[in-house]
Amino acid sequence: MLKILKYSFYDLIRSRWTYIYCGFYLLFTLSLLWLSSDLSKVVISLMNVVLLLCPLIATMFGVMYYYNSREFTELLLAQPIRRTSIFFGQYLGVAGSLSASWLIGTGIPFILYGVFGSAQAGNFFTLMLVGVALSFIFSGLAFLIALNNENRIKGFGLAILVWLFFAVIYDGLLLLSLAWFSEYPLEKFSLTASMLNPIDLSRILILLKLDISALMGFTGAVFRKFLGTGFGMSVSLIVLTLWIILPTLGIRRVSLRKDF
Amino acid sequence: MITIHHLQKSFGKNHVLKGVDLAFDKPGITAVLGPNGSGKTTLIKSILGMVLPDDGNIEVAGKSVRNRWEYRKQIAYLPQIARFPDNLTVKELLSMIKDLRGKAASDQHLIDLFELTPFLGSRLSNLSGGTRQKVNLVLTFMYDCPIIILDEPTAGLDPISMVRLKELIENQRAAGKTILVTTHVMSLVEELAEEVVYLLEGKIHFRGSLKVLKETYGESSVERAIASLLEQQKNTPAFSSNGQPAFVTA
Amino acid sequence: MLHPHIIKTLTATAFLMMAVALQGRVIEVCPECPVSSISEAIELAQPCDTVLVKKGTYSEGNILIGKDLTLFGEGNPILDGGGNSEILTIHSQFFHIEGFTIQNIGTSYTQDRAGIRMKESQNFTIKNNRLLDAFFAIYLEKSKDGVVENNFVLGQAENEAGSGNAIHLWYCENIIVKDNHLAGHRDGIYLEFVDNSRVTGNIAENNLRYGLHFMFSNDNFYHHNTFRNNGAGVAVMYSRRIDMFQNVFEKNWGAASYGLLLKEIHDSRIEQNSFLENTVGIFTETSNRLTYVRNTFAHNGWAMKISGGCQQNVLTQNNFMSNSFDLAVQIAGMDNNYDGNFWSDYSGYDLDRDGVGDVPHRPMKLFSYIVTRTPESIVLMRSLFVDILNFSEKVSPIFTPENVVDHAPKMKQTSGIAQGAETPGPKIDPAAKPGHSLTQNALTIK
Repeated sequence: MLKILKYSFYDLIRSRWTYIYCGFYLLFTLSLLWLSSDLSKVVISLMNVVLLLCPLIATMFGVMYYYNSREFTELLLAQPIRRTSIFFGQYLGVAGSLSASWLIGTGIPFILYGVFGSAQAGNFFTLMLVGVALSFIFSGLAFLIALNNENRIKGFGLAILVWLFFAVIYDGLLLLSLAWFSEYPLEKFSLTASMLNPIDLSRILILLKLDISALMGFTGAVFRKFLGTGFGMSVSLIVLTLWIILPTLGIRRVSLRKDF
Repeated sequence: MITIHHLQKSFGKNHVLKGVDLAFDKPGITAVLGPNGSGKTTLIKSILGMVLPDDGNIEVAGKSVRNRWEYRKQIAYLPQIARFPDNLTVKELLSMIKDLRGKAASDQHLIDLFELTPFLGSRLSNLSGGTRQKVNLVLTFMYDCPIIILDEPTAGLDPISMVRLKELIENQRAAGKTILVTTHVMSLVEELAEEVVYLLEGKIHFRGSLKVLKETYGESSVERAIASLLEQQKNTPAFSSNGQPAFVTA
Repeated sequence: MLHPHIIKTLTATAFLMMAVALQGRVIEVCPECPVSSISEAIELAQPCDTVLVKKGTYSEGNILIGKDLTLFGEGNPILDGGGNSEILTIHSQFFHIEGFTIQNIGTSYTQDRAGIRMKESQNFTIKNNRLLDAFFAIYLEKSKDGVVENNFVLGQAENEAGSGNAIHLWYCENIIVKDNHLAGHRDGIYLEFVDNSRVTGNIAENNLRYGLHFMFSNDNFYHHNTFRNNGAGVAVMYSRRIDMFQNVFEKNWGAASYGLLLKEIHDSRIEQNSFLENTVGIFTETSNRLTYVRNTFAHNGWAMKISGGCQQNVLTQNNFMSNSFDLAVQIAGMDNNYDGNFWSDYSGYDLDRDGVGDVPHRPMKLFSYIVTRTPESIVLMRSLFVDILNFSEKVSPIFTPENVVDHAPKMKQTSGIAQGAETPGPKIDPAAKPGHSLTQNALTIK
């Protein structure tokens, strides 16, 4: 698996799309840091970008990479290599190269700016972590979708739909249901619902650092316990890890059953 | 070397293999023939473990292949369409496959044979279809495996390479390998194959030597024999009442 | 170099000689002296005398003082209430107390015990004392023309009902509360029916309820204070003409917690204050004709929540920087003016380069309205969906009050952020500088 991972990774980091992706983050972060003196503002802007772009690009890259390397995958399948090794290797290659682009593209400007030792160091680490987690989660989901759909158009469409669902539609539905049932106690519901969406979950991880003053304005005991202590942070991290593991298990399951 | 018992496979409603029993136990070249959609590629992919059978069993060297991968060390496979990661060069691809399969290989003489040296530094995306096929052939033959499976090996090859390929296959036969070939080029079958397996609608319609094939249908060439086989197929029921292939001869 | 203790003694002696020359005798009190109790010394004292209390612990219960005196502690003498007594109750027309540690007053649910109580007094100075574990620490009632300066007050308050205020003023006039450090009480400074007074340079932190609490007190001025991490921030209620200048309000977190709570405050000015990391920077209700100018709101949950009944308020030249929500205006139809502020999330442009954005800014987001109605929806903060909602609302307001708009948003922030009170240094230990020009202070009261 490590060999496949290595080749997928090399293959991808030499692709111009990876350079474009990395360069985009680099330019974006540099210009944000250049334009704004307030590091926390930069973190907020980047948060909006990471929540939107990381999943989108990971989804697209994942689906694209799978379909583009299908024949090569068949070549590999005929080699004496374990099936799961091939797909895990490729998936980790995609997720790894995307994460590397993200870490390099945003990390270097921040480090040059001197984020270590500033008050924003914690936020910066959370941001980096969330970017990596989202890259893994959504490229995993993309692989799963592509594995389940031989038809490229269908696969692409479904992947975009999944992204759109998690990025926008889910929140809309959540907000509607919160408004609809506003007479009921909704603390647990709203927290659980946000856990079930990796983008929301990542967002909350950042909010816990960035907007804790506003979050503390709520009376509910569950909220207070969740937000005010390390409890929320730990639960979020655990669920985020689960979100990485679940698509991986799916990839394993499908890859063991699929005909090529 | 390869034993196939009652192999069944459907893709959705499409029943591709309807109980295939086959054994390749002697060294030599077998041509797997049949019209498009008859199940040739599915059969080959089943042997390679790329397609998972619904029912039946495949054994390679006496062991079932289900959920195993080590047995593929004994198989060299030439896929039908050769597409590789676009960003790699030929050299990198070769070293990568060597890296993956682990053991040393005799690739240099194959590179010379197909005159690939000038292309070693080129990216695979910049190669013509023929050159790719040559790279594909190098990848297949650089391992010394007892079983060789070739899916349309001549696609896109120039005449010189074609001649060299035939020589190569001959050499492998001489080395006592079990070789399966699918092709639409009947002259190739005529030149190389000792035996023919004819698949039709997911069943083995004919199995036997070239000689028997030609005699059975009273034709002088394989091409004609196949043509009249298909003619006959249209007019008479293909299978006998016990469900066995009608024209199998040992 | 002279030893600090010698300097202290010399200073004290010099001052006492001066005091004696000006005002009267000195009566020394120490555990081994002929006069060994403070009560006895006070009994002996004539008006304008000085009672000099030397190092030691004095557990005399409630000491009643009805004379014009100077009570001076040398070497940080301790007055201990034993947990069940008020300690000093003073009724005087000219009084100075300095240099004591007053401790163990004890909680009472029936009487408001204090460490130092000034009752119907005037011309007094309470300075450089430490008040530890007090129920009420310094309690001024019906007094005027006094200074409470540089005291260190640390309580152990656990709940609001069982705790008193650090500095409590009731029916007072012309009082200066200056450079005190107040922590661990119910309110840091409490003023009820107090007029024409000044609160400055204080640090109030970790108090259960408010750092500073005004009730029915008019014409006051508080400035350069720091209010940090108090239960509910600072409350100014039912008062008029309060000037609030250069204070820092920070880290007041909680569901009913505010940097500054304004309730029925009229005709006041809030200028150059800093509101940092509060759940709500300013909450204002039924407050009219207030001017908010050059304040900085940064990293608050809500910079300002404006509830009902607020008319003719002016917000201008304030900086709103990186707050989760800048503004929540809960009722439509109030005629407040929001022009000329700096909003860090202003997305407009300034083509004519006059420093004023060419596009009006709507500081009240739709999501701010949604969260007020459905608090749980806070989990959706900063999500793309919410951004889309906010954007569409910005384009055509439906839910948020239409007149909450800055027609001339500034492109650059206003400079001059409040520094508040400096962090406590030597002033924690008043014993470090005893006898610091008593008469001067007493005379500054005007």
